Amino acid sequence: MFKTLHKYASPMHFFALARALTPWLFGISLVLFGVGLVWGLFLAPADYQQGESFRIIYVHVPSAWLSMFAYLVMAGGGALSLVWKIKLGDVIARAAAPLGASFTALALVTGALWGKPMWGTWWVWDARLTSELLLLFLYLGYLALQSAIEDRRAAARAGAVLAVVGIVNIPIIHYSVVWWSTLHQPATITKMGAPTMATSMLIPLLIMAFAFQLFFLALLLVRARCEILEFEQRAQWVKTLLGASDQSRGTR
Amino acid sequence: MMASLRDFLVMGGYASFVWPAYGLGVLVLGLNGVLALRRERYLLREMAKRNLPGYRVA
Amino acid sequence: MTPALAILRRECLRLLRRSSQLVQPLIFFSLIAILFPFALGQQTELLRQTGPAAVWLSVLLATTLSLEDIFRSDFEDGSLEQCIITLDALPLACAMKSLAHWLTCLVPLIGMALLMSFVYDLTPDARRALISALLLGTPVFSLVGTVASALTVGVRGGALLMALLILPLYIPVLIFGASAVHHATLGLPTLGEHYFLAGLAVLAATLAPFATAAGLRARLS
Repeated sequence: MFKTLHKYASPMHFFALARALTPWLFGISLVLFGVGLVWGLFLAPADYQQGESFRIIYVHVPSAWLSMFAYLVMAGGGALSLVWKIKLGDVIARAAAPLGASFTALALVTGALWGKPMWGTWWVWDARLTSELLLLFLYLGYLALQSAIEDRRAAARAGAVLAVVGIVNIPIIHYSVVWWSTLHQPATITKMGAPTMATSMLIPLLIMAFAFQLFFLALLLVRARCEILEFEQRAQWVKTLLGASDQSRGTR
Repeated sequence: MMASLRDFLVMGGYASFVWPAYGLGVLVLGLNGVLALRRERYLLREMAKRNLPGYRVA
Repeated sequence: MTPALAILRRECLRLLRRSSQLVQPLIFFSLIAILFPFALGQQTELLRQTGPAAVWLSVLLATTLSLEDIFRSDFEDGSLEQCIITLDALPLACAMKSLAHWLTCLVPLIGMALLMSFVYDLTPDARRALISALLLGTPVFSLVGTVASALTVGVRGGALLMALLILPLYIPVLIFGASAVHHATLGLPTLGEHYFLAGLAVLAATLAPFATAAGLRARLS
């Protein structure tokens, strides 16, 4: 068990594993997207309060979930690199950050598109929206640090510390924002994510969430492959790999 | 048939909110995918070029 | 004298000797704080309400600008790398760095904040709450700021990068600090906010020095 884990923590084996897995992940997620979209857009009934606008949920909620999951992945990668000195952690953290940032932005924008017809305004300083916005800035800080430090390894190590500091701070930020938003406003008008949801709406949501998740994993693996190639430029196995791909295309 | 298609596209009057949301979703997913795959292809090509015998990095 | 105290003394002297580093944040703070009336207008009642927020934001920005200097000279003369190699108690040294920054940068800022509370004509209750909340909240600024300073040591991009890294992490302190003064203005109890601020300070004091040490090791080894 540990032997296999250890094997795939080495960049070379992880690269091969990632290459084998990505087509499957892309394929399955695209099929799930198809099913989820048909179910969510055609088969699920319109919400009795929100009408057809509730269908934004199938984009908004999966991307909001992913925005948090990606930070966990990033901080987990950072912890792997900091605590156990596993180089793969750096690769994963750097691969996850831009994905996390883009899904956070998507969640915010689709949230605004949903908020406008529901609340009559693009933005409310509701605890969840505000926390999501701050999450975006945490991602942007990580990305800015990565681009400011030229040496890739040094940047990844500094980023690992930042990601771990961030994950400790996220609950603190979230709960202080919750406290702040309940203090200054009367009970917020949150219609989103009502506790009970009809099964006919929930199942497509879960399918879409699963599709997003798999697509994210596929993207993560592709980006990790790029990072590995850059990190390991000088490694012998990369040179062998390049030679092989070169010959297969017949450019020599 | 045409009427039901129009009903679907109108989204109960929320078309201007629902479709941009889905469009942005497709854009974010697609762009991430295309950019990542293109970056890998670029890296492989560039590094293979550098890896050719006779190519020396100064 | 114990090594920790020696580090603290050396740090404070170093920071105090460079008078510009001491004075510039104070000037910057006062300048930001007096910009608010120009944007908001001069109605005393409005300024009395927004004053606490203005003071907190000015402290926040002045602190952000001062963070870059915490490790800069140590990095430039190479003593930082020596410290990382030779010190067994690097986190303790980092904690002393934060403490020195707090004493030389933020305590003077709190003094200026007291002055500003008269400019903004705060009520005595609000003034007391402002100062006590600043005393409890600003150690977090120094401690967490030291982490960011360690992560960006020797990096070009300076103040802007620092602001991007640090401001989101300062938000909890800003929320509780500003709310304490706001409640004091309304004559409400502010004990809850003070407890939260104290809790944040204790948490930062226990964790941040270790993060700073990890950050320095990440940057310089």
